[in-house]
Amino acid sequence: MTEVKNLEELFQAKIDAEQKIEPKDWMPDAYRKNLVRQISQHAHSEVVGMLPEGNWISRAPSLKRKAILLAKVQDEAGHGLYLYSAVETMGTSREQTIDDLLSGKAKYSSIFNYPTLTWADIGAVGWLVDGAAIMNQVMLCRTSYGPYARAMVRICKEESFHQRQGYEIMAVLAKGSPEQKEMAQDALNRWWWPSLMMFGPTDANSPHSAQSMKWKIKRQSNDELRQTFIDRTVQQAEVIGLSIPDPDLKWNEETKQYDWGAIDWTEFNNVVAGNGPCNKERLAARNKAHDEGAWVRDAAVAYAAKKAKRKAA
Amino acid sequence: MSQALFTYTLRLADDILILSQRLGEWCGHGPVLEEDIALTNRALDHLGEARNLLTYAGQVEGKGRSEDDLAYLRMERQYTNAKLVEQPNGDYAHTMVRSFLFDAYHLPLMQALTKSNDAQLAAIAGKSVKEATYHLRASSEWIIRFGDGTEESHQRAQAALDNLWTYTGELFESDAVLEEMTKAGIAPDIATIKEAWSKTVDQVLSEATLKRPADAFMMTGGRKGLHSEHMGFILAEMQHVTRAYPGVEW
Amino acid sequence: MSENPNNWPLWEIFIQSKRGLDHKHVGSLHAADADMAIENARDVYTRRQEGNSIWVVKSEQIHASRPEDAESFYDPADDKVYRHPTFYTMPEGAKYI
Repeated sequence: MTEVKNLEELFQAKIDAEQKIEPKDWMPDAYRKNLVRQISQHAHSEVVGMLPEGNWISRAPSLKRKAILLAKVQDEAGHGLYLYSAVETMGTSREQTIDDLLSGKAKYSSIFNYPTLTWADIGAVGWLVDGAAIMNQVMLCRTSYGPYARAMVRICKEESFHQRQGYEIMAVLAKGSPEQKEMAQDALNRWWWPSLMMFGPTDANSPHSAQSMKWKIKRQSNDELRQTFIDRTVQQAEVIGLSIPDPDLKWNEETKQYDWGAIDWTEFNNVVAGNGPCNKERLAARNKAHDEGAWVRDAAVAYAAKKAKRKAA
Repeated sequence: MSQALFTYTLRLADDILILSQRLGEWCGHGPVLEEDIALTNRALDHLGEARNLLTYAGQVEGKGRSEDDLAYLRMERQYTNAKLVEQPNGDYAHTMVRSFLFDAYHLPLMQALTKSNDAQLAAIAGKSVKEATYHLRASSEWIIRFGDGTEESHQRAQAALDNLWTYTGELFESDAVLEEMTKAGIAPDIATIKEAWSKTVDQVLSEATLKRPADAFMMTGGRKGLHSEHMGFILAEMQHVTRAYPGVEW
Repeated sequence: MSENPNNWPLWEIFIQSKRGLDHKHVGSLHAADADMAIENARDVYTRRQEGNSIWVVKSEQIHASRPEDAESFYDPADDKVYRHPTFYTMPEGAKYI
C-alpha cells in the first residue's frame, strides 16, 4: 500500500513538473480510465461528426465548396483515427472502443445530434462548432498524456482551416442576397446555444473537472473556455453583420468581457440522454457502415493470410 | 475544331465529375476508417481533375461559362459522361469494381493525353497521371483482395463485374468528335487505350481468380446525353441549392 | 486486450518528410497487411505533402525499453560531457574545426 502511495506521489510530481506521461509509465487506474473515456469520446465525436457535414457533400453549391467540404470531412476521419490510436496506447483496442459507441454505451459530443438543414449550417458548423472544438483542442495540445497531446498537435495543425472555411461561408452568405443572409442568420440562431453547450456543464456542476485539472488532462475550466469563445465569436459575428441570438448579451466594461444569457440545460440533458433530433439516425448510420463493412474487412484479412502463406511456402 | 474540342473536353470532365459525386456519397460511411479516408482522397482527386477540365472547356467554348456554370446549370441531356460512372454505389465490391474498370481506362488515357497536341489538355493530364497511377494500383489491389479473399467477397466481386461489364463498351466508342480529335493529334487512338485496358483487366482478374465476362450487349448513349434514370437524381441532388438561388455567390 | 483475429492488426507509421532526414514516428493505423499499411499511411498521414518515404512496422514487433530502467539506461551518459563537441576549447583563430 505504501508503495502505491509512493508511485502516486511520483506520478503527481512528474505532472506538476510538466513532464508528459508515456504509455509504459505507471499511472493510477483512475487516470487511465478517465483518459480512455475522454479520448474515446473525443474520437467518437470526430467520426460521428462526419455525418451532419457529410450530409451536404453531394449538395455543396459550388465545386470549390464541394472540394473543401470533402477535404474537411475527410480530416475528421483522420482525427478520429489519430485519437483511436491514442486510446490503443492505453491498452484498449479500437474494436472495443468502437463497440462501445455502436452499442450506445459510449458518448460523443451532443452537438452532432443536431441536423444540418440548409447549406448555411455547413458554415455555422465550421465557424461555431469547430471554433468551440478548437478552443478545447488547443488546450489539449498541452495535456499530460503524451500520445493524446501529440495527436492533438497534429489535429490542431489540420483544423486550422476548418473554422476559417465555415466563417468564410457565413461571410459570403451574409453579404449575399436577402435570402442568403436570412439563411445564415437562421443557421446562427440554431447553432449558437448548442455550441455554447459543447463546453460542458458549468464549473460548479462539473464533478470530474477538479481531478482532471489536477492531473493536467484539462488545463482550463469549462467556463473559462466558454467565455473566451463567446468574446471572440461575438466580435466575428459583428464583422459580418449577423446577430447573436441572445437578448441578454452585453459588453461588461468592468470585467472586459461579455455578459450573456442562460443556457437551457434541460435541452442539453435531453440530447445527452438520447433525445436529440438525430441521435438515433447518427447511431444507426455508424452501425450500418460497420455491419456492411464486415465482409470487406474479413476479405482483406483472408487475403493477407493467403498471401503470407504463399510467401512462406 | 473548337466545337469538337469543347465536346471532347466536356466528356472527359463529365466522367470524372460524376464518378467523384458518386464516391463522395461514401464519405463517413466506409467499411473502416482507413478506407473512408482513402476513398475520399480518390473523390477529391477526381473532383480536382474535373474542375480543371470544366474550366478549360469553358475557355474553349468562349461564352464565359465557368466550371460551376457547366457543372450546375446543365441538364441530364447535356451531360455526356459514360453510363458506367453514374451507376449507384451498391456494396463496396460494386463501388470498387466500377472504379477499377474506370481506372484501367483512365490511366492509359491520361498517359496518352500527356502527349496531346493540345497543350492545356496535356498539362491537365500530366497532373492526373500521378493520381490515376495510384488509383489503379489501389483499386486493382481491392479487386484481388475480394476475388481471392473469402467466398463471400469473391461472389460479390464477380456479381459486380457481371453487372457492370455491359457499361464498359461505351468507354471505347468512337464517333465524329473523337475521330476529329484523334486526327488532330489531340486525343489518342481509342483502340490503343482499349488494348491497354483489356490487358490490365485480364491481369488483375486472373490474379483475383475472377472470370472476365463475355462481351455481350454493350450499353450506349451517355456520350449523346442519353443516360440511365439514375442521372436525373444525381443532378437533382447536386444542383438544387445552386438552382434555387440563381446568380448568387457561394 | 483480446484481439479478434478478424481485426486488422495495428501498425506504427514512420514518415520521412524530406530526403536526408530521419524517418519520424507519426502515429499508427490498422491494415490487413504491409502493402495496405503503406497505402493507408499514404492516405492518412501524407494528405498535406508531409511525406517522401514511409516505413511501417507491426506494433507488436516493437520492443520498448522500460521506463523504470531509465536511470540505468540514460543517466550514465550524464557525466560523459566529453562526447559533446562543445566540451573542447579551440584555440582562437582555428577554422573549419
